[in-house]
Amino acid sequence: MNDDEDLSAPVTMEMRLSVNGIGYPITVDTRETLLDTLRERLDLTGAKKGCDHGQCGACTVLVDGRRVTSCLTLTVALDDREITTVEGLADGSVPHPLQTAFVRHDALQCGYCTPGQLCSAVGMLAEARAGWPSIVTADGGSVDARLDEAEIRERMSGNLCRCGAYVNIVAAIAEVAR
Amino acid sequence: MEFLRPASWAEALELKAEYPDAVPIQGGTDVMVEINFDLRRPARLLDLNPVAELSRWSTTGGVLRVGAGMTYTSLIRELSADLPGLAQASRTVGSPQIRNRGSVGGNLGAASPAGDSHPPLLAADAEIEVESRARGSRLIPATAFYQGVKRSALAPDELIRAFHVAPATGPQYFSKIGTRNAMVIAVCSFAIALHPRRRAVGTGIGSAAPTPRRAGAAEEYIAAELDWDSRAALDPRVVARFGELVAQAASPIDDVRGTADYRRHALGVLARRTLTWAWHEHMRERTTT
Ligand SMILES: Cc1cc2nc3c(=O)[nH]c(=O)nc-3n(C[C@H](O)[C@H](O)[C@H](O)COP(=O)(O)OP(=O)(O)OC[C@H]3O[C@@H](n4cnc5c(N)ncnc54)[C@H](O)[C@@H]3O)c2cc1C
Ligand code: FES
Ligand code: FES
Repeated sequence: MNDDEDLSAPVTMEMRLSVNGIGYPITVDTRETLLDTLRERLDLTGAKKGCDHGQCGACTVLVDGRRVTSCLTLTVALDDREITTVEGLADGSVPHPLQTAFVRHDALQCGYCTPGQLCSAVGMLAEARAGWPSIVTADGGSVDARLDEAEIRERMSGNLCRCGAYVNIVAAIAEVAR
Repeated sequence: MEFLRPASWAEALELKAEYPDAVPIQGGTDVMVEINFDLRRPARLLDLNPVAELSRWSTTGGVLRVGAGMTYTSLIRELSADLPGLAQASRTVGSPQIRNRGSVGGNLGAASPAGDSHPPLLAADAEIEVESRARGSRLIPATAFYQGVKRSALAPDELIRAFHVAPATGPQYFSKIGTRNAMVIAVCSFAIALHPRRRAVGTGIGSAAPTPRRAGAAEEYIAAELDWDSRAALDPRVVARFGELVAQAASPIDDVRGTADYRRHALGVLARRTLTWAWHEHMRERTTT
């Protein structure tokens, strides 16, 4: 490759992105984040941009079942991965149990953080089921940790809620965890 | 921006040799923040995620070799018993989402004085394995790796492959000061490792000097003062002196997160606290090693 090529110009790549079980053939800018791809190209606007640097969790989605902040994830690196967004949590017209619990417990006010909270909670419950400890899990305690309030709060600490709906968010998740 | 995806370590080294300006990316939790905020406009990214060996660990001759791409989450799950200090530090990094992606290799690559993996790596005498196509691989002791604020001994054509560290033979603790547990850059941090077989103590100070560093005088003092055989209780004056020596080893600055005075004070507290935890654990151990 020669040296005077213009590398500041956008470089695009063709790829297939699998989101909520649907394969989308897309052309992406190599600098594009998954969050921007979902929102701007695929019209999946559930994931929100709260901070764009990994601090608020509003953009949380699942990549191969694990929760990640989509604002810090490059789309070009995801060609062989399965992405799940809040739009893909329900089973047809039947809401995901966490969605039902959020409604029942009034676990939101403005709702901006909710898609991230829901995806994060789905990922978190899977982590706990797989026996992953958290910092508040007692040493030597059972790793298929009982998800009490302290555990849920710690494990959901990557998702902020400016409306302060935490009490009800924790209650909603606790109900499903049980 | 060109997106380079080597399928193997050899290919990654080839690409880094050909394009020394290519920015390696592992979890992206540092690189992507810089890109999103336009602090950095790399002409090329070198995605190391496809290099599967980087996310694994192995043991050779009693020493652990941990791949640079191993995430904090995997490290906590798989190496908490062998590397308790580093595992404790890993549990305090960012949030669960950040720990699912962020890696020790990325923490080393960023070489921030506030990086949480550095104090436990220093305390446990870790060595960093780096490699280039031109000169092959070399092992850099952690003490020589950090060279300035966000500067390390890594050459432009080199990549970090792994770190090497012996499994713990004694208690190890890490503690950091921040405003809350999740997503806090440490105001200051401290790690201690007791090595009873060698009758030595390792330390690491974070966020209180241009680079993470050890507190050498404090280590020598406490190793000589500890009653390794009788496992007798600690003399409070010795604990206090240890705290003072650790605080003296730092050269902190005033910034938005805290003043230099506060940092020095807090380090003394962290040093006394972690020493006490570690010694209590040592006293409880019934094994005669
Ligand atoms: C919200 C948030 C909270 C955070 N909290 C903390 C915290 O509490 N404590 C803490 O220490 N850090 C924290 N960080 C910073 C970051 O998560 C860590 O430094 C992490 O270890 C980086 O790992 P990574 O794999 O994501 O690195 P990347 O972003 O992929 O890379 C980081 C740097 O290392 C270089 N690099 C990566 N891999 C290699 C390699 N194999 N060889 C050579 N160079 C390489 C990259 O080019 C880059 O310069 C936080 C970040 C965010 C966004
Ligand atoms: S927008 Fe991604 S964490 Fe805030
Ligand atoms: S409901 Fe408004 S931010 Fe959480």
